Amino acid sequence: MGKFFAVVLVLIAILSAYPIIGNYFPLPEDISTHGHLIDTQLHDTMLEAGLAFIGAQLVLAYFVFAFTGLKPDSRLKNLPGGAKLVVIAAFLIVGAEVLALGAFGQKAWATVYFVPPKADALQIQSQAEQFAFYFRYPGPDGKFGTIHPDKIDEGNQNYFGLDPANEPEARDDIVSGELVIPVDREVNLMLHAKDFGHSFYVRELRIQQDYVPGLDLAIHFTATKIGKYEIVCTQLCGLGHYNMKAYLNVKSQDDYDKWLKEQSQ
Amino acid sequence: MQESSAQQAHVHAPPQGFWRKHVFSLDHKVIGKQYYALALVAVFTGMVLSWLMRIHMVWPTARIPGLELLSKNGAPAGVMTPEYYLSLLTMHGTLMVFFVLTNAPFAAFGNYFLPIQIGAEDMAFPRFNMVSFWTTFLAWVVLMLAFVIPDGPPIAGWTEYAPLSAVGKDAGPGMQWGASLWGISIAIFCIASLLGALNFIATTLDLRAKGMTLMRMPLCTWAWFITSCIALLAFAVLLPACILLILDRHAGTSFYIPGGLVASDRLQPHSGGSPLLWQHLFWFFGHPEVYIAILPSMGIVSHILINSMRKPLLSAKVVIYSMTSIGFLSYMVWGHHMFVSGMNPLSSLTFSFPTLTITIPATILTLIWLGSLYGARIQLTSASLFAIGFISMFVSGGISGFFLAQPSLDIYLHGTYFVVGHFHMVMGVASLFGVFAGTYFWFPKMTGRYMNETIGKLHFWITFIGTYLIFMPMHYLGLIGNVRRYQSFVNDFMAPYLWLHKDMTIAALITGAAQFLFLFNVIYSRFKGAPAPENPWNCTSLEWSIPSPPPWNNFGDRHPIVYHDPYQYGVSGSKGDFVMQDSPEQIVGSGD
Repeated sequence: MGKFFAVVLVLIAILSAYPIIGNYFPLPEDISTHGHLIDTQLHDTMLEAGLAFIGAQLVLAYFVFAFTGLKPDSRLKNLPGGAKLVVIAAFLIVGAEVLALGAFGQKAWATVYFVPPKADALQIQSQAEQFAFYFRYPGPDGKFGTIHPDKIDEGNQNYFGLDPANEPEARDDIVSGELVIPVDREVNLMLHAKDFGHSFYVRELRIQQDYVPGLDLAIHFTATKIGKYEIVCTQLCGLGHYNMKAYLNVKSQDDYDKWLKEQSQ
Repeated sequence: MQESSAQQAHVHAPPQGFWRKHVFSLDHKVIGKQYYALALVAVFTGMVLSWLMRIHMVWPTARIPGLELLSKNGAPAGVMTPEYYLSLLTMHGTLMVFFVLTNAPFAAFGNYFLPIQIGAEDMAFPRFNMVSFWTTFLAWVVLMLAFVIPDGPPIAGWTEYAPLSAVGKDAGPGMQWGASLWGISIAIFCIASLLGALNFIATTLDLRAKGMTLMRMPLCTWAWFITSCIALLAFAVLLPACILLILDRHAGTSFYIPGGLVASDRLQPHSGGSPLLWQHLFWFFGHPEVYIAILPSMGIVSHILINSMRKPLLSAKVVIYSMTSIGFLSYMVWGHHMFVSGMNPLSSLTFSFPTLTITIPATILTLIWLGSLYGARIQLTSASLFAIGFISMFVSGGISGFFLAQPSLDIYLHGTYFVVGHFHMVMGVASLFGVFAGTYFWFPKMTGRYMNETIGKLHFWITFIGTYLIFMPMHYLGLIGNVRRYQSFVNDFMAPYLWLHKDMTIAALITGAAQFLFLFNVIYSRFKGAPAPENPWNCTSLEWSIPSPPPWNNFGDRHPIVYHDPYQYGVSGSKGDFVMQDSPEQIVGSGD
């Protein structure tokens, strides 16, 4: 049975690695300026982790193959180098990997979180609620009207609880169910949760960030390719969670300007 | 000796009557079996829930006959609603994490074997011990009540993130009374676990037999001891966290609920709380909980591997130090569950390093197990198959943690099936492999009968291959961005991959069905299994020096004296290639 076990382990190693090596589950196309950093990091990690995975399964397979079904009087041996070798190997190999991945891998994180958005980044606010995303543009005055939770009225499409009667800033705010942005222009997206925790996830943008009730956060990114991409919620937010979707619509600057104009009319 | 006088204090009279013997027993062995039975009920319930979820996920309109009996609202005419999917998801996670992965490897086996392995007659506080189990049982009853109340079970997942879990009925079905039952159940469970952990620690420190120094304790006893220390701190944080949640829900407080929230068109009457507070408290418990689930299995697997290799591990000390450092580090890593939660991004870096560092002791453990197999005489039994399978599974599941420990990769992988595949393999399946190995190994001791090896091996092969077929593809799906906790995949993006989800569902149905082989084996062998002698595996630790099944007071009137390290294999002993821990004989021809 040891031989069979070894064969199964080898098959597991090969069949598990095959879809990765053959790239049968490719990452979605990257349409962001920072995404390549994440993809490279993922690729490097996959290489290191993949080798460790295959190596460990194959060694296990070999040992199970070689050291089962032996006669009861066969001589026991110990691994040359013993525990000392094992500990040194773990510290050197894994320690180096930890340091390398830990240190170099922070670049992508730093690009997303520690580099502030440019001053001319397009300011857009997003509100997440059960089970929809809304996006708000400040309008020609460049200022957002204040959110008044008590004035939220979904029936009258006042999703953000704006008070245009008393606040001039709120009068020209544009609200959309789709996140329309110009290509190659940095966007600073401010995330506001109306009710519960939600998350903003666009695979192609390599962005995922929770909406936290009571804590307005901002993320910034630049989309580099025109097209329509799905925005999905990845934070369990209630019964319709699976259906909480919107679209990111990346347009050329001209098309974007045209769209903005149409909306403000 | 101090130890023996401490032991004398715990001598109690043999139990009298049905209730004292079988129900409200003070005997750690009966309590261990009670924990095991509860875990068995919970694991089969949880497994059936996962079947229902997986069937619904790939055939969302399928009618599941009889499901309407479980919930008229949740499955009208047997077709599951999206929200009922979330109810089942919550119950699956809660049952599995608390009532299976905490109870089976730790509370069940630990209760049964820790006192015997250290040469004690019982736990330090037998009455506490009984209360621990029955409190756990009460927690289970309260949780299961969620199935029968009209509101149904909560839909917020086993992590019950606030404010979804905190505002009550405005959060959706199941969130009025279902979520309250969840909070109360887990709070009760925490109390039980705290009592249990204290008992384990006191027993280990106070009741060791003469000669049983700490370094002479078997590795599983070490694992249970370290786990109790982790559990003592972890549950001590989750308990107040649950109490605050209950207060938010029913006493009008706002620990987790900020102001200005509008849910179900109603401005919520709360202000000043923080949803991140719940996440911090929950994961401060939640990550150590992962190790509460896996460490006992590491100990059990080490114990069994050594026995089936007929030689000691390369170094038992290194295993103990590695498990201890995992225990310490487990308290510094909780934030890696919260990289994209809105927590200060700088803290993500500080949580990332200890998380990556924890791979070092985990790798040392893996290499020690692997390296020890070299030059061994491995005997393949159902128990050792599962023990070796554990190594394979631990490697496969653990290695994906390497990705998730990096905040920059978590941006993309968080909230996808990559995470689901990772934790199911490493904390779920690997830990359960330890439980299976332990069951096949200790069953003869617990019942005086062997389990059926043919069924056992069949059970292993289906489970081993099946779990790879279920959980490995989840990693691939995560790489393409397959979001978790969706009741079905209705968007075009996932359509090309639906076949894979269907295959995984079929693998889950078959693998799940194989668990009934195990259940049958346990029940059948209990009554009809071949009789087993005192020490059927030629093992060295103290549990094998007493009759199978052990008498109520374990060692009778004998006070065992320990002369050796726990794993004297590959030597020339009077009984064969091993020397028992309590055998006064000199050891000749050590295998080292």
